Amino acid sequence: MAAFANILVGGVFHAAVLFLVAAGLQLVFGVQKIVNLACGSFYALGAYFGITFIQYATQLGISPWLILPGLIISGILLGFIGPPIERMLRSVYGRDESFQLLLTFALVLMFQDVFKFVWGANPRALDSAYLIYGIIRTGDFSVPVYNLLVIAAAVVTAAGLGAFLQRTNYGRILRATAENRDMAEALGVDVRRIYSIVFTLGAVLGTTAGALVVPTAAASLDMAIEFVIEAFAVVVIGGLGSMRGALVGALIVGLIRAYSIVFFPELEVLAIYMIVIAVLIFRPAGLFGRSLA
Amino acid sequence: MKVSPAAIVALCGTCALALLPAVVPPYYAGLMIPFFGYAIALLGFNLLFGYTGQLSFGHAMFLGFGAYGAAVMSGVLGIKSFELVLLTVMVASAAIALPMGLLCVRYVGIFFGMLTLAFGMLFHSFLFKFYSVTGGDSGMRVPRMNILGLEFAQYNKIEFLAGPFYYYCLGILVVAGFVMWRIVHSPFGLHLRTIRDNARKAEYLGVHVHRFRLAAFVISAAFGAAGGAILGFRIGLADPELVYWTQSGQLVFMAVLGGFANFFGPIIGALTFTLLQDQLQSLTEYWRFVLGAILALIVIGFPEGIAGLANDLWRRLARRVA
Repeated sequence: MAAFANILVGGVFHAAVLFLVAAGLQLVFGVQKIVNLACGSFYALGAYFGITFIQYATQLGISPWLILPGLIISGILLGFIGPPIERMLRSVYGRDESFQLLLTFALVLMFQDVFKFVWGANPRALDSAYLIYGIIRTGDFSVPVYNLLVIAAAVVTAAGLGAFLQRTNYGRILRATAENRDMAEALGVDVRRIYSIVFTLGAVLGTTAGALVVPTAAASLDMAIEFVIEAFAVVVIGGLGSMRGALVGALIVGLIRAYSIVFFPELEVLAIYMIVIAVLIFRPAGLFGRSLA
Repeated sequence: MKVSPAAIVALCGTCALALLPAVVPPYYAGLMIPFFGYAIALLGFNLLFGYTGQLSFGHAMFLGFGAYGAAVMSGVLGIKSFELVLLTVMVASAAIALPMGLLCVRYVGIFFGMLTLAFGMLFHSFLFKFYSVTGGDSGMRVPRMNILGLEFAQYNKIEFLAGPFYYYCLGILVVAGFVMWRIVHSPFGLHLRTIRDNARKAEYLGVHVHRFRLAAFVISAAFGAAGGAILGFRIGLADPELVYWTQSGQLVFMAVLGGFANFFGPIIGALTFTLLQDQLQSLTEYWRFVLGAILALIVIGFPEGIAGLANDLWRRLARRVA
């Protein structure tokens, strides 16, 4: 039973991180209709930056209680890369999907070498930084407090995003732009500004997720291309453009991974893509997406 | 008899490639083998992408079918005839693509891309995880095979690749190019272009949209497997990296680099990409950055690719002369 619970918490932790990245992907796709392959690179950027931050923090002897807020703040600060990249993507708005995919693919290639240049080719990890807040134990069941805090942060983000999109005026404007760009523009919405903000918000979700994951996992050059494909599985299962879909999709993918690693290690990734294919065939719009027609 | 400009381009290109091993060191002739592999695969890819308007983002899977098929046939079953291997992997790839295509061709745009991507990743994770069958991340060996029943035992592997195998692959590329030319200029090819430009209208005119897309999908799978078998033979190894989604992205990169609107675009793209990657890798360890920057530049500034640029230049020159 305890083993079962351990895996559950591990799966939910993975899902929490996946949700943040997938939410960024959904936001950008929902409003700008662009599939952003580079969201995995934002995640990796956050992770590398997080490692540098923690190293400086420990050198300067900053209280460990400031580590988590510090990571979140550094993730948010990295959002400044959003506007210039959005500026570059402007040239492919409304053009064929292949060009949009390729331009973000170009970003993936470039980011990978930027990481190599700044942080080197070897994976960078921190020794047991996830233990800074201790471990909760009851019998065989044990979980690092840090992981619980990250899960809580993701839940708060999900609730905050939901409230922002549903309850605030700005959220309504975003949804209106997603619904019908031309009509929103005709009604006086500054669509350029909206796009820039949405893309930056999407990037911040990715970088923050990366910064948060770094105390528990290494940052490596391959993490961007590995994670983006997982985030894709999440959004396809949940339905492109749907926030609720991102949440449910992330839980499905996170839990399947966690359980299959323990019980059927061969099926770890296979199972996820089986589900993706099944969803695309039987419910192409995803579990929470709107029908295609 | 009127000679079409395309025929002249094809003839000049073939002659240049045929003379190449005589003038450049064997290293470059050997470097052309992956070019042949990619070019053949891209001819098929572009039937789907350029002519039918379906962007497959999992096309590297078919390269994998070819390479792993070659590994199984020659390494496990001991078949030494490369022609037999080539034909078998093409047929097998087409056979696998048939049910897959039945599921995929109902979708267009991003959903088609996603579904092909998912199939590609499914195959990749199978290759990666089932060590006992596929050798996992270390892959499967592709032993040397005979071509046209000749063993060329007096050549070592590099000489063999730069000599007989080079001309062999050039021959395959010419045949593949000719076959593809006939395909896209047949009524079948016209159907595909009609579907690309307006699927609903095509359907209204009585075109079986799904059936034609499926046929294009299956043909491109066979071409992809042929290219993959050549790639596997050259490295002597079939590994899962060949099937990863970034490899599929690279195929799209090559097609766009060369210009997917032009019949020769993908071949030009494969050539440019292969040479560019080789040169950049020897110049800098940050070659990915440069490739990415070039890709971004092409997507933003020159969506017609190299073939489009050449066409523009040609037209401008012709105008000045006239």
